Amino acid sequence: MSAGANTLTVAAARDALRRRELSAVDLTMACLTAMDAADSLNAFVHKTPEIALAQARAADARLAAGAAPDLCGIPLGIKDLFCTRGVASQAASNILRGFRPEYESTVTSQLFAAGAVMLGKLNMDEFAMGSSNETSCYGDAVNPWRRAGDDTALTPGGSSGGSASAVAADLCLAATGTDTGGSIRQPAAFTGIVGIKPTYGRVSRWGIIAFASSLDQAGPMTKTVRDAALLLGTMAGHDPKDSTSADLPVPDFEAALTGEIRGKTIGIPREYRMDGMPAEIEALWAHGTAMLKDAGARIVDISLPHTKYALPAYYVIAPAEASSNLARYDGVRYGHRAKLAQGDGITEMYEKTRAEGFGKEVQRRVMIGTYVLSAGFYDAYYNRARKVRALIKRDFEQAFATGVDAILTPATPSSAFGLGEMAHADPVEMYLNDVFTVTVNLAGLPGIAVPVGLDAKGLPLGLQLIGRPWQEADLLNHAYVLEQAAGFVAKAQKWW
Amino acid sequence: MSIDIETARRVAKLARIRVDEADLPALAGELSGILQFMEQLNEVDVTGTEPMTSVTPMRLKRRADIVTDGNIQGAILKNAPDAREGFFAVPKVVE
Repeated sequence: MSAGANTLTVAAARDALRRRELSAVDLTMACLTAMDAADSLNAFVHKTPEIALAQARAADARLAAGAAPDLCGIPLGIKDLFCTRGVASQAASNILRGFRPEYESTVTSQLFAAGAVMLGKLNMDEFAMGSSNETSCYGDAVNPWRRAGDDTALTPGGSSGGSASAVAADLCLAATGTDTGGSIRQPAAFTGIVGIKPTYGRVSRWGIIAFASSLDQAGPMTKTVRDAALLLGTMAGHDPKDSTSADLPVPDFEAALTGEIRGKTIGIPREYRMDGMPAEIEALWAHGTAMLKDAGARIVDISLPHTKYALPAYYVIAPAEASSNLARYDGVRYGHRAKLAQGDGITEMYEKTRAEGFGKEVQRRVMIGTYVLSAGFYDAYYNRARKVRALIKRDFEQAFATGVDAILTPATPSSAFGLGEMAHADPVEMYLNDVFTVTVNLAGLPGIAVPVGLDAKGLPLGLQLIGRPWQEADLLNHAYVLEQAAGFVAKAQKWW
Repeated sequence: MSIDIETARRVAKLARIRVDEADLPALAGELSGILQFMEQLNEVDVTGTEPMTSVTPMRLKRRADIVTDGNIQGAILKNAPDAREGFFAVPKVVE
């Protein structure tokens, strides 16, 4: 059954591997073949077939011995933001060209310890700054989905665009992503897959190239909610190497998928009904609400009054933290160093290296961050934004205090747009892609995007569920109910 | 708050990113646009609000004050664009 094995879910592959109906090597070969035939998607940017086959052979030996973990022999794609020992890890930036870490991120260490197989590294926006995968030094990743009767290349979303494209196109069974303002959930919604951003602190950030440290969180991007539960269980857990990692037990997320939400309360936030919201998004949201109601949940209207300030607060806090984090790229310890002219000193080395190494969007955000942190502006911008952030978090706390178990919102303001279509837009227009997702990062909450339907152009649309802090198990169960009720089974027509 | 060319030049300098003189007006315009978007935050009453520090109250963990690694000079220098005699090499800093 190895032909087409790349189209399996993680759960189905696990079961087949354990029954020895399928070998990890055959499954890995099926994915490597699919990956090599999909270069036009530009999802995989560093391929690691030798590592994959060695890991697959080790997984087969472990499976033969019995009692292998869930992910033993499961082929994954890894976002380029994760440091992987001896394998290029450059955050899709020219400034890290040639960088091969001497260490392994905690998340990938845990995945590999559980027997997972790495097929290669995945495309993304440079330093995870972007919502369309168009800021990558590797070029755009492409969405496997196309509008009906139209072959315009569409964005898979961003920043985890390569991860979304690879999972949606069945190049791998699942992928890792990271989410600072929506970078897992928006691309998941644009490609008809599932993506969860866990509670801040649930997954270790150690060895993940930092963007905005108080917002960054890694999570899985998968074909189903069950697969998200399986991956999250392996990625999560306390890590002494990340001081913000929570020392809390990791529940059995798969066991939480009971499909039972009778008596649960779902909040519908009125502030997410934006002016000019497309009728299709409005209808999708109403449809999702009806499905959860039919499943026995109680639906209540809630108010999150500071929602409209989330994007401006985010675009102060994230660039401020990025300007500090990215100060380390100075041409001294790793990555690119500019060629210097006669007489150039160390300042010229820094300035030329960073001008050559960083792309336009990264430069823009580093400079915005530098400005808002500079003397005289720190209180006016950065501290004010952190206070607004506290109010956004309080909005959610007040909603949860009234007994709300989960909050249902759209995942994105539209379906996937065409690559290049936003090229002449104002930077702020691109930032609006994160309007429904960014509040969740600011409040540190878990959020999940679930595919629910197709729009009139034949493109996938998703809804987002937001959970209480540390209650990913409950959140995944709500997502599972939505997934079962929506019955989204559409796949992109293969053209690549 | 609008950013003029002089401020754009200063920010680029602080950020240690070389920007050509000819590109400064466009940069100033872009930064002004983004800052204008941020101005909305001034509408919010934040009196008495403390800046957010963590998702749920959590004490930072303390670790034992002991050496846990070391002797990995080779690994640390492995990715350096210019390493000599066990050091990172940079252009002359002091005349």
